[in-house]
Amino acid sequence: MYYRRTLTEAQINQQLLGTVLTTPLWWIVLVSLLGIVVAGAVGAVGWMINQGLGVTGLRQPVFWGFFITNFIFWVGISHAGVMISAILRLSQAEWRRPMVRAAETMTVFALMASLAMPLVHAGRPWRIFYWVFPYDWARGIWPDVRSPLVWDPIAITTYLTSSMLFVYTALIPDLAIIRDRSTGWRRSVYGVLSLGWHGNPRQWKIQGFAGILLSALILPVFVSVHSIVSWDFSVSLVPSWHVTIFAPYFVIGAVHSGVSAVVTLMIIMRKLYKLENFIWEEHIDALARLLMVVALAWMFLFWLDLVFALWLREEQEITVWMLRMFEPPWSWLFFLFFMFSFVIPVPLWMFRRVRRSFTWMLWTSLLVNFGMFLERFLIIVPALMRKGPQTFTYATYRPSPVEFTIIFGTIALVCFLLLIFSKFFPLIPLWEEKEGQLLIDHVKVGNVYVPALVKEH
Amino acid sequence: MANTQLLGLFEDPQKVADAMGELKGAGFPVEDLDIYSGSPFPEGAFGEHEAEHRLFMFPLVGALIGFSIGLLWTAGTQISYPLITGGKPILSIPPMTIIMYENTMLGAILFTVLGVLFESRLPKRDLGLYDERITEGYIGIYVDCPVERASAAEAVLNSNGAEEIKKA
Repeated sequence: MYYRRTLTEAQINQQLLGTVLTTPLWWIVLVSLLGIVVAGAVGAVGWMINQGLGVTGLRQPVFWGFFITNFIFWVGISHAGVMISAILRLSQAEWRRPMVRAAETMTVFALMASLAMPLVHAGRPWRIFYWVFPYDWARGIWPDVRSPLVWDPIAITTYLTSSMLFVYTALIPDLAIIRDRSTGWRRSVYGVLSLGWHGNPRQWKIQGFAGILLSALILPVFVSVHSIVSWDFSVSLVPSWHVTIFAPYFVIGAVHSGVSAVVTLMIIMRKLYKLENFIWEEHIDALARLLMVVALAWMFLFWLDLVFALWLREEQEITVWMLRMFEPPWSWLFFLFFMFSFVIPVPLWMFRRVRRSFTWMLWTSLLVNFGMFLERFLIIVPALMRKGPQTFTYATYRPSPVEFTIIFGTIALVCFLLLIFSKFFPLIPLWEEKEGQLLIDHVKVGNVYVPALVKEH
Repeated sequence: MANTQLLGLFEDPQKVADAMGELKGAGFPVEDLDIYSGSPFPEGAFGEHEAEHRLFMFPLVGALIGFSIGLLWTAGTQISYPLITGGKPILSIPPMTIIMYENTMLGAILFTVLGVLFESRLPKRDLGLYDERITEGYIGIYVDCPVERASAAEAVLNSNGAEEIKKA
């Protein structure tokens, strides 16, 4: 039942470097289509900068809408990448091997997409530099470090820099493999990028130690980043935002959506790159079990958020929750979010047949991410719609086509960047797979062969 | 005394271990022997020289530097542009700790990566004596020895089944 083909190093090289050394037609078609969507989004941003933020649906008092929702969404997606990679490396879980690099790379590109959102949202993005960068540009005015809008870029750039270094450090041995398989200018480029890697025992020892050390360092950053992003809301006085549960609630929500995104990514990768020898049912089964635990924790914190509101019985906060849960069309969105994020996927994941089915896991993970986007939207917009106590300040929010274009553009951008990355670097770490093959064996127990792992402690 | 280098290529890890044992037995210092492989083998699998490193020092130093920079710019900006908010002190500790924490972690991670490169002795401009088949599954034994001992080293490598021996 657990029989797996043992591949030689040459076979691993050939199968995992397929799209690096050649360019399949599907890759060209997909990159072109995604590039068109991204170009459309860039055009929409340019139109918005030219015409002003009035082309969006943002109106008083709802000045945070789709863009900030998308910002939180992508920061959330970015979390699971590094979390999965770091936690599984630290716990030396063997099933991490095919997914660590794809997850880490998804983190980097999701963070880039998220960083673009506040820049787009500012209307005049060039002005952001003046109030974030720690320099006295004019009139003795410095960034206000007491503002969460200054904490955010610092936290996110720390996380982005750390993630990029994490990806690169683990990529060095694979760059050496590509160097050895390349000729001409490609060999020179990969030679520079691989820094002259030989693969001697010292380098491998440092590589292993570095993976654990960087994992241990990046995990606290992962927890702090989304906590800081949540404080954009909870340090304000907006009803239903000003709650202490936001930091853990946002972090666990990020893990929920992020791990789902990793599942989606792994299944699509397996299909497109023909990685059946590397991504197995056991991997998505393990991720689905993790998702169940995370989803339950997330649901607990979601209900805590509601319980806090009911406990305080603060009028404005109750008004916001009533809007979210009972007034259409927000109640419909609330129903969809609840169904997609929890009610449909979690009971399904309790069944082994579902957890080990690539089709079921693809659709449930996509549902979760759609639901979690709605969750962020329902946190942000209804609160602003009922921000003030006077009913004449009440307003609604309707996103414009410009905002929809930009949101779809960010989804296309992340997919586009992942495809471009896969053209130059392998999405599954070759050296990790080779190490895994080296350590695996099959032990005969009675009439069956059981996979066994040989590890040193 | 002039030195020369040899690189013996093997397919079987057991032959590599046997060859390394014989080389050490023949008086070649373990510091002059090295192993090249396309994937990590368990430490000591081939009787190679065990590398010592101080990688753990780098994140500590980086964290201290990051912490200092974070403290400097958060305190510095607040003092440079003193905003009196509700009669509270100019230096607001809680938001300072957030930024100082992020800078500390960034410093630790940056210095860790620098440490990885330093301890791995990278970057190395010249690959030197190397073979691309190492990343295809072959294992290389690299020997740095005096010219007059090269033939003895070559004999050991050949007797243990080296597929090819490359010389500098």
